[in-house]
Amino acid sequence: MLERLDQVFVLFKDWLVAFLPASWQGVVGVIICVVAIIAVYPTLFALAVLMERKGLGRMQNRYGPNRVGPFGILQPVADGIKSLTKEDIVPLRADAVVHFLAPVVLVVAVFMGFAVLPMGRNMVLVDLDTSLLFFFAMMASTELSVFMAGWSSRNKYSLLGAMRAVAQMISYEVPLLLSSIVIVMMTGSLSLVRVVEAQNHFTGILPNWYVFTPWGFAGFIVFVIASTAETNRSPFDLPEGESEIIAGYFTEYSGFKFALFFLGEYVEMFAVAGLGTTLFLGGWAGPISFLSWVPSWIWFFAKVELWICFFIWIRGTLPRLRQDQLMNFAWKFVLPFTLFNLVVAAVWRFMGEGWLRWLVCWALVVGVYALAGRSGMRREKIGTRIYRYAD
Amino acid sequence: MSFAFWVVAALTVAGGLAAVLLKNLVHCALALTIAFAGLALLFLQLDAQFAGFAQILVYIGAVAILIVFAVLLTRSSETPAQGGIFSHTWLAGLVVAAGLFAVLAWAVIESAGGLPHESSAPAVTVMQIGNALMGRYVLPLEILALLLTAALIGAAIVAMHEKEGTK
Amino acid sequence: MLGEGILKGLAETAKNFAGSYVSKERLTTVQYPEERIPTAENARVFPFLVFDGKDWESGLRCVACQICEKECPPKCIYIEKSKDKKPDYVGKPQFYPARFDIDVSVCMSCQICVEVCPFEAIKMNTEFELATDDRFGGLLLDRHKLAQSNEYYHKIHPTEAAEVDARLAEEKAKTEAKAKAAAAAAAAKASAAAAAPKPAESATEKLAEPPAKAAESESKQGGGGQ
Repeated sequence: MLERLDQVFVLFKDWLVAFLPASWQGVVGVIICVVAIIAVYPTLFALAVLMERKGLGRMQNRYGPNRVGPFGILQPVADGIKSLTKEDIVPLRADAVVHFLAPVVLVVAVFMGFAVLPMGRNMVLVDLDTSLLFFFAMMASTELSVFMAGWSSRNKYSLLGAMRAVAQMISYEVPLLLSSIVIVMMTGSLSLVRVVEAQNHFTGILPNWYVFTPWGFAGFIVFVIASTAETNRSPFDLPEGESEIIAGYFTEYSGFKFALFFLGEYVEMFAVAGLGTTLFLGGWAGPISFLSWVPSWIWFFAKVELWICFFIWIRGTLPRLRQDQLMNFAWKFVLPFTLFNLVVAAVWRFMGEGWLRWLVCWALVVGVYALAGRSGMRREKIGTRIYRYAD
Repeated sequence: MSFAFWVVAALTVAGGLAAVLLKNLVHCALALTIAFAGLALLFLQLDAQFAGFAQILVYIGAVAILIVFAVLLTRSSETPAQGGIFSHTWLAGLVVAAGLFAVLAWAVIESAGGLPHESSAPAVTVMQIGNALMGRYVLPLEILALLLTAALIGAAIVAMHEKEGTK
Repeated sequence: MLGEGILKGLAETAKNFAGSYVSKERLTTVQYPEERIPTAENARVFPFLVFDGKDWESGLRCVACQICEKECPPKCIYIEKSKDKKPDYVGKPQFYPARFDIDVSVCMSCQICVEVCPFEAIKMNTEFELATDDRFGGLLLDRHKLAQSNEYYHKIHPTEAAEVDARLAEEKAKTEAKAKAAAAAAAAKASAAAAAPKPAESATEKLAEPPAKAAESESKQGGGGQ
């Protein structure tokens, strides 16, 4: 019975598809899954927007929105209606075609990423051999849409915001990839389904998730930082909160296109949260062995929601990083730490089973973190300033 | 050769043509991106998954951005080229392009005889690629790494010197 | 170590989040139209006219001296004096305002009109929910809308109202005492003039002395009689 609950969506799809002749079944099955993804994630987006506003409010000693429905539940509906009915203004000298295509490219690239996430047992849309590479390819395409948005507005501030956004996304893409490479190294496959299956075992009652190993934990920390930067979330939201009155690369967007950018950003957040869950937190595997009766998709979505809550928590806590601080952090601390993490993972692999490798690897990770923190993030001494033209 | 192949091929060729014929330089760069995407789809049609996704990741995600940055930082992309976009020395360009096409066509036709005819493409998994890179082709890999490092350091030095030059 | 500050910050925000459900000081929001914070005692928004007693028209303290109209910096007060007079709280007949308009969209709540009023007739109200969608006359308050009773004044500014009442009562007492003394002096003058009728044709100097002598003899008599 519980197994049927676990596979309820797969069984439902099979039942629907059985009505059709055999040659159509494959295509229609895929279409049903795609429709399901397109239906579920925007709903989660609406909930996430509401959760963010109320959560941020509580963290800032105030209520969030609480007028629209009971406890403000209908606020996303009101926001949706507002963005749909606003006038769509395209600046006169803006490049109309590119201006129109930028949000489209963003949303398309972001939704493609969901094709390879295993959301439950047997619940992955496409089981590719190189699914992780596909996911990163899609995430890389979002940078292009950011640039298109900023450039096509013919607005100096938009262009500046877009340049900064692209620089930030490129800088943090390298640590993101490298921290996932560690997982690939230890699993031996680029396929996300294989990664989750490798984590689905239990030693005793504790799970075999990669986050509990030293190299996995270091990779997890780096992945969290890099994914926050990739999706332009606070504290890395310089591109979109820049000067706050000039919204960076989506200054010239209004109405539904702005809503599409907003949707794209939040759905990208869900996508990288889903990837992080799959790589580090065990995907759809349960945390304790005697809780395995809970359906797998519940675990997956619970973990993704935890990530989202963590993103919201971080947003409410940290101030925004300046562009140079951001780049310094990426290149001088995160990247060396990630590179060394690869070495740690190799040490782990070649040391053989036992408690010694745990001790050595944890010591290495903590030591490198402290060293890299001390040397990489050393602030330059600012001497007395000389003003050239002031005399 | 299926319908999908023709569509993707047309897209790639159209992208390439647009990249040389459009007036606005950034539009050209974006058209080039479409050509890259078309190439990636062609790779995927041939079941070369790694090559296809690496093409998207590297070319669209990095090289296209690089081209666009280079365009924006060096010349004004709003004014179209003075005196039209067709250069004076188009005959020499045509000769070079024809020569290159002849060489490539000869290479493809010569090797097409030895390939299996219309069967399924060989399934090359990522593991095989990895083994080959680390085994047989490790020397080219290391040389490539050195080359890329040299390029990175060179770019940093060039930028630094420019900064000192302006001071 | 790198990251300590972030962890401390995360703990603080988590405390805020959890605390906002249980303690009042972590969530100080007041749900405005349903609950309101009581305004402070010396809050001031726009002026109002005080009236004593039950009838606002006859009890209005304002005597249309127009000092507040002249002193108002943005000139938002418009007064028209009446033609007749009516008695004020001490009984003296005074003018009253036939029109007293304040345009509260212009008023800047500086309280100068209150400070210069010699009759304690205009005071500051604390009501701020005056928003209206009538663009043309909705924020022009006439004297009926401006008139509020002295009891209302006690309700919104108790200490101030008590002081004002005390002062007014004192003034009233003083004027009454002065009136009584004046009446007594006038009565004394009248009776003294009546007690010396005989040297009516003689000169006024004679009149000055006999009344003094008469007053002396009277007082002697009065003293002897007692």
